[in-house]
Amino acid sequence: MDGMHDLGGRQGFGAVRYRPDARAFHEAWEVRVNSLYAFAVRRGIFNMDEYRHAIERMEPRHYLTASYYERSLTSLATLLVEKGILTREELERRAQGLFPLAAPSAPGRSNVPTRERFQPGDRVRVRDDYVPGHVRMPGYIRGKTGVVVSESPAYPFPDAHAHALAAQDEPTYDVRFRSEDLWPQSADAALVHVGVFQSYLERAT
Amino acid sequence: MPDQNPVIQRTAPVERRVDAIQQALDERGMNATDAVEELTELAEEHWIPQNGARVVARAWVDPEFRRRLLANGRAAVAELGLSMPKHHRHLVVLENTPAVQNVICCTQCSCTAFTIIGLPPDWYKDLEYRARVVRESRTVLKEMGLDLAPDVEIRVWDTTADTRYMVLPEQPPETIGWSEEKLAGIVTRDSMIGVARL
Repeated sequence: MDGMHDLGGRQGFGAVRYRPDARAFHEAWEVRVNSLYAFAVRRGIFNMDEYRHAIERMEPRHYLTASYYERSLTSLATLLVEKGILTREELERRAQGLFPLAAPSAPGRSNVPTRERFQPGDRVRVRDDYVPGHVRMPGYIRGKTGVVVSESPAYPFPDAHAHALAAQDEPTYDVRFRSEDLWPQSADAALVHVGVFQSYLERAT
Repeated sequence: MPDQNPVIQRTAPVERRVDAIQQALDERGMNATDAVEELTELAEEHWIPQNGARVVARAWVDPEFRRRLLANGRAAVAELGLSMPKHHRHLVVLENTPAVQNVICCTQCSCTAFTIIGLPPDWYKDLEYRARVVRESRTVLKEMGLDLAPDVEIRVWDTTADTRYMVLPEQPPETIGWSEEKLAGIVTRDSMIGVARL
């Protein structure tokens, strides 16, 4: 989905709020949320792709204003409700207030049947695909051409794995793009490496 | 007459929402609270940048280890007793040189090799870094205090899959000959993310 989470290359954001001694956690509840979602993954209640997708499904206004760990919390609660372990009513009764959840999921998809094997040095183009469900293709590479640098071990295909659909594991290709190709005349010069699933790629001619 | 209808109108404070989940899971016999204690200890005591610092220091003093680390990061960090979650099937170690600066990010969420370089700092997970670093890398690094010479090539690595990355910073020349332990003490988390040089 072309969701609010897909931030790479969006303009208008200000300076990174950077400190060399920045921490991972600021409050005790944040550590608890991190542990609770890790616990749910460990128990097999949901997988990491489902977890990421439930964050992406948050209503955009909520997504942008929630802190990182509030997004984690919202994904955790959404999935526990969707999996039938808890109900929203119980959560709201216990929390004595509204408990906003993510929006329902759109359909996922399985591997692209025509996917190809690539070699380092091959020129590849990211398919012009528009996917309603989970996808790990950042929008800024859609339709863009780059060069294969290497191949990873095979991973569960996220577009299926986030939706409990059957699919074959497939590798990702480390594809090197030039920032000038991604955002012509509108980017600092750099090489941008993206791990791109095989199903997202086609050979560039 | 007071309104008897317990209509809930306000979003519950975030801490009460966390409590609600934890208590509900505990009441179902899932022992969430025990798991939280264990996982909190892992997050606070074990998934820390000092792990990655040991890896970097070893790579600086042991060329054979450095070669293995660059060839297969996951296997090499395991030699130092460091593990990664099952779903992180690949660790790619990115070697900085005087002419190349690698920097890692995750534009869509906030993935990192957290068992090795530590759980990511707040700014890494924030909107600004995720939006800007892929497109305005040199500007963002400069704003963050890393003013690279114009001839240094920047390579940005967006963590879109479960392959994980860490940057192998250059060893400062004045530290040649130091012990591995002392070297590990100078390696910062941010140098392994690639937004700082040592």
